[in-house]
Amino acid sequence: MTAPLAELQIIRPVKLSIDGVSKTFRDGVVETHAIDNVSLSVDEGEFVCLVGPSGCGKSTLLAMIAGLEFPDHGSIMSDGRMVTEPGRDRMVMFQESALFPWLDVLGNVIFGLKLKPNLNNKERREVALFYIQLVGLSKYARSNIHELSGGMRQRVALARSLAPNPRVLLMDEPFGALDAMTREQLYGDLQEIWAARKKTIVFVTHNVREAACLGDRVVLFSPHPGRIREQFKIDLPRPRDINSPSLAAHATEITKALKSHLSGEGDTAE
Amino acid sequence: MKRLFNAVLFFAALLAAWHYGRDYMVATKRWSPFLVPDPWSVALYLREAAQDGTLFEALWVTVKRLLLGYFIGVALGVPLGLVTARFKWAGDTIGVLGLGLQTLPSVCWVPLALLWFGQTETAMQFVVIMGTLWSVQISTDNGVRNVPPIYQRAAKTMGSRGLHTWIHVNLPASLPFIVSGVKQGWAFAWRSLMAAEIYVTVLTGFGLGFLLHNGRELGAMEQVVGVMLIIVLIGLLADKILFSPWERFIHRRWGTAKS
Repeated sequence: MTAPLAELQIIRPVKLSIDGVSKTFRDGVVETHAIDNVSLSVDEGEFVCLVGPSGCGKSTLLAMIAGLEFPDHGSIMSDGRMVTEPGRDRMVMFQESALFPWLDVLGNVIFGLKLKPNLNNKERREVALFYIQLVGLSKYARSNIHELSGGMRQRVALARSLAPNPRVLLMDEPFGALDAMTREQLYGDLQEIWAARKKTIVFVTHNVREAACLGDRVVLFSPHPGRIREQFKIDLPRPRDINSPSLAAHATEITKALKSHLSGEGDTAE
Repeated sequence: MKRLFNAVLFFAALLAAWHYGRDYMVATKRWSPFLVPDPWSVALYLREAAQDGTLFEALWVTVKRLLLGYFIGVALGVPLGLVTARFKWAGDTIGVLGLGLQTLPSVCWVPLALLWFGQTETAMQFVVIMGTLWSVQISTDNGVRNVPPIYQRAAKTMGSRGLHTWIHVNLPASLPFIVSGVKQGWAFAWRSLMAAEIYVTVLTGFGLGFLLHNGRELGAMEQVVGVMLIIVLIGLLADKILFSPWERFIHRRWGTAKS
């Protein structure tokens, strides 16, 4: 019992500092200025949502925090340490299910634990089952991925990214492909898990209401090149209901700001 | 149960059609009784050949050649495919060579093998290896290139790097491609081995192909048909034993088909 318990301990979340980050992609002769001089600070245990239309570089920023991409200029620090490669302290949950079809649910959740030293197989299994239970899929531990619904797959993905006990969770439009009913349920569950596991979460979405529902703070991006336009503090009690009127008011405010920034951009706006 | 019943019924009907159809055609003098053997005489030949050992000896010689060459071909082809997919220089060189050689019908290797290795087991195995190797290499290469990059990115965030990613992500992700390539390789190897055995007498062992050839020379049609039946059976067995488990695993995990 002792070792897995240590592994399952709630650990201190991390503080992220993004300072003057720029990134340009080159594809042949075409240059895309994805991010231009973005600075952002995310507190320990904060839930921050990055919102903006496609092409605003929010996913690129997330990939850079994950260590999958690197900025041309500027720096990204995780607890004062420069991000130079992907690490299990910063786990990513992708938009489309990036689950491995050759493994079952348990196998997928264990995958990230296999690479964690100081755990034996029994402990890995125990840790994986704990997170599978946390996302409410205990009955499906031995199911194949293709047998699960879209919502269940994203739950497995959530369990997989939680399993190595990261200090920050990076979520790239994780609910984008799901139907409204399933999404609503996941909003509730995610808030519960966040409260229980104390993670710093950076959540990318183009759905303003979703951002207002989940985030302590909503950061608004505009595209071409990707820049931070405005930030909104959401001071609503939790757990929040996506359908509540006070939440709708916040969402309306953010949407209005988004529209004014887009039209203000004139020819560069989509 | 119903499927088994259907299969049994079908093959019984086929045998009956063979037997009575032949009787009729021979009685009306349209077919020569020598050219179309009765199923019963084929069965008798097989029993006799089984009893005096020639059948099992030939079977063993053929299967040994096939399995040995085949496994060497797969064991070389999979890593080679991984290398050609991973390194651009390898893809531009070995990859192109493989693509070219794969278009060569593998029986075309027989003359070269005979000149290089003489009428030996090595020559036979060389033909089988050449038939297997390139289709396995190409399908593995193709499989790796079709691995969604998001799998690699996800694995990277979970701490997987280099060789670990290759063994635990790229290889299993390409499994559907690899299995179909391995199956194709088997088909090529089997066909080329039979062709080689029929046309070349290798004194170190008489395989099924030789037995077939021998049947023709003796004018023993029941031997020709009997050996053909055995060859079909080996093909079926290989499919069931070597490939079906993998295919079932892939169907079950990937959900690609209902079995």
